[in-house]
Amino acid sequence: MSIAAALGDVQRDNLQGSPQPQRRGHFVPYLLMLPGLLWLGVFFVVPLVTLFMMSLQTAVPGGEIGEYEQTFHFANYVDVLTDPSYYTPLFRSFIYAACATVLALLIGYPLAYFIAFKSGRFRNLFLIMVIAPFFVSFILRTIAWRQILADEGPVVAAMKWAGFFSDGIGGIYPSAIAVVLGLTYNFLPFMTLPIYASLERVDPKLVEAAGDLYAPGFTGFRKVTLPLSMPGVVAGTLLTFIPATGDYVNAALLGNSKNTMIGNRIDYAFLNTNDYPTAAVLSFVLMACILAVVLVYVRRVGTEDLL
Amino acid sequence: MDPMNDPRLEMLRQAMSRRGFLGATGAVGAAAALAACGTGSKGGSSSSSGSAAASSGNAAPVATPSDKSDSDKSLVWANWTLYLDYDEEKKVYPSLVAFEEKTGIKVEYKEDIEDNATFYGKVSGQLGNGQDIGYDLVTPTDWMAGRWIRQGFAAPIDEANVPNKANILDTLNNVGFDPGRKYSLTWQSGFSGLVWNKEKLPNGLKSVNDLWAPELKGKVVVLSEMRDTIGLIMMSQGVRIDGPFTNDQFNAALAVLQQQVDSGQIKQVKGNSYKEDLINGQAYAAIGWSGDIFQINAENGDKWGFALPDTDGVLWSDNLLIPATSTHKKNAEELMNYYYQPEVAAIVAAYVNYICPVKGAKEAMAKIDPKLAASEFIFPTDATLAKTQVFRPLTPKEEQEYSEAFGKVIQG
Repeated sequence: MSIAAALGDVQRDNLQGSPQPQRRGHFVPYLLMLPGLLWLGVFFVVPLVTLFMMSLQTAVPGGEIGEYEQTFHFANYVDVLTDPSYYTPLFRSFIYAACATVLALLIGYPLAYFIAFKSGRFRNLFLIMVIAPFFVSFILRTIAWRQILADEGPVVAAMKWAGFFSDGIGGIYPSAIAVVLGLTYNFLPFMTLPIYASLERVDPKLVEAAGDLYAPGFTGFRKVTLPLSMPGVVAGTLLTFIPATGDYVNAALLGNSKNTMIGNRIDYAFLNTNDYPTAAVLSFVLMACILAVVLVYVRRVGTEDLL
Repeated sequence: MDPMNDPRLEMLRQAMSRRGFLGATGAVGAAAALAACGTGSKGGSSSSSGSAAASSGNAAPVATPSDKSDSDKSLVWANWTLYLDYDEEKKVYPSLVAFEEKTGIKVEYKEDIEDNATFYGKVSGQLGNGQDIGYDLVTPTDWMAGRWIRQGFAAPIDEANVPNKANILDTLNNVGFDPGRKYSLTWQSGFSGLVWNKEKLPNGLKSVNDLWAPELKGKVVVLSEMRDTIGLIMMSQGVRIDGPFTNDQFNAALAVLQQQVDSGQIKQVKGNSYKEDLINGQAYAAIGWSGDIFQINAENGDKWGFALPDTDGVLWSDNLLIPATSTHKKNAEELMNYYYQPEVAAIVAAYVNYICPVKGAKEAMAKIDPKLAASEFIFPTDATLAKTQVFRPLTPKEEQEYSEAFGKVIQG
């Protein structure tokens, strides 16, 4: 049992021990849940049902573009799942999101560690710096990456100078690398902040104690700090991976026709061909795939013990 | 993908044109906004009621809202980028300012159209439900204007408010999608053709196949407007796009596009924001629109050339249209009327360098700039027009199939 869980037990025992007015206790939890339930109901369940109904529609024969009728045509799912043109973008989405998540973890963890333990009185300043990008629209920030990575931009110029590219044609934008960099950049705060929150709660005395017990330096980190920060790592990776998989803005702005993610195909089906059923089916397929991946991940890491 | 924002970041400006930038952000932002509100599109519950009625001809299924024009002197106009005379110094649209001063109508001018299909996708759901889309004037291309009219999404023009409507060129007055111009007025017409960077390609481009030269690998950008890009390729294969071409002929052109995208010859397929790639050196050659090239030359130094390919260019028009849900119809009509004065049309044409649809503008132009009055791109002669073709109307079924197939190529 982890320490957090143990603490939870202690707290629960305390609560049960104290005399509580029973009746009020009955209603309070429901009242507290009400806003959240209403929110989920109106903005998650209802749209989800609408989307599902839409995924079963078919085109009105001889009708206008974007005109569909409800026929409960479950074969829409078969059509999409058997269309190989969707496999590559779907596969790409998961690969790009996984790469971005790993990169964000590699950057975010040391950053969070630094802020939590080494930043001293500048801690708040650094935290604000992590959040600061949110003050500017993320579309704008992503477009700024175009300039940074453009053929005649600073990064390519520096790399050419260092001999990575020949002087001929070659660059980073648009490319898969640019898309992954964009995803990493855009989701980095979502990785850093939960990890910081976990690290910040780690009692330095535990690390000291580890040192006293002959686990200095890295061993102490590996045996004490890292396990205690795992809830933050799990939360951070999920908060990065899930939205990154469904993201289409980075691929639209930093990629080209060879870097499209499934979100771009959904976007195209919705907005360009007005093929709402196909777009809805794709959305459900994506949801199912993400759910499967996340379930496997959470199972393997064993979050119940951590969160 | 159009999306939002109106920042003027000096830093970014140097690398890209102001409006190319806004166009790009606009597209993605709008798509993002739409994605955020989920399924607010026509395919939902409304499909059986509102929009089904829409298919039954021109009868307006969309309830006409009351016109607030007299009490609320304002209107919102959605247009493409680089499509109205602009004063770089003062950051205003002079002809629009003159209109505002003359009529007291405040115009909110938004460069919100990145490409036709995306813009339609963004507003069609609300139009189908009879909800205000926030625009009182929109500027879709012919085929898309036809779709708006067919679906009852356009409000009929009250001729009493637009007497200058009579100034439209005879050739544009009786178009197939709107005989007699009951719903629409041409804003500008233009050519789709070949664009190149004159420093990098001193010899220029003459035919579509020149875009596939090995030395241009990864330096070509083409338009995400299917009719322009596929149209040019089809004509390069000897197919007439204004005639009854077959699916096989369409697919043969699509295969060329697929091959050039796969090989990396074409780096990007873009809407209005293709200009940005030309300006910042991402692309040396493009399939682009005639007037744009004059404008980016004016703003960024005379660096680019434009030509109709030897196998003909695409001729298109964009049209002013009042959405059926507009609550400022009369104001919009007043604006249409204003821009159909030959003198005003000449001012716009002198800036945008697109084909001017207004009779008498050539004479008015001669007074402003005699050189421009002789421009083949603003007042083309019959010989120039003979080197262009108009993409034939597609049935909804063809439209769906072709755009889906096109999407699979450009969205790999």
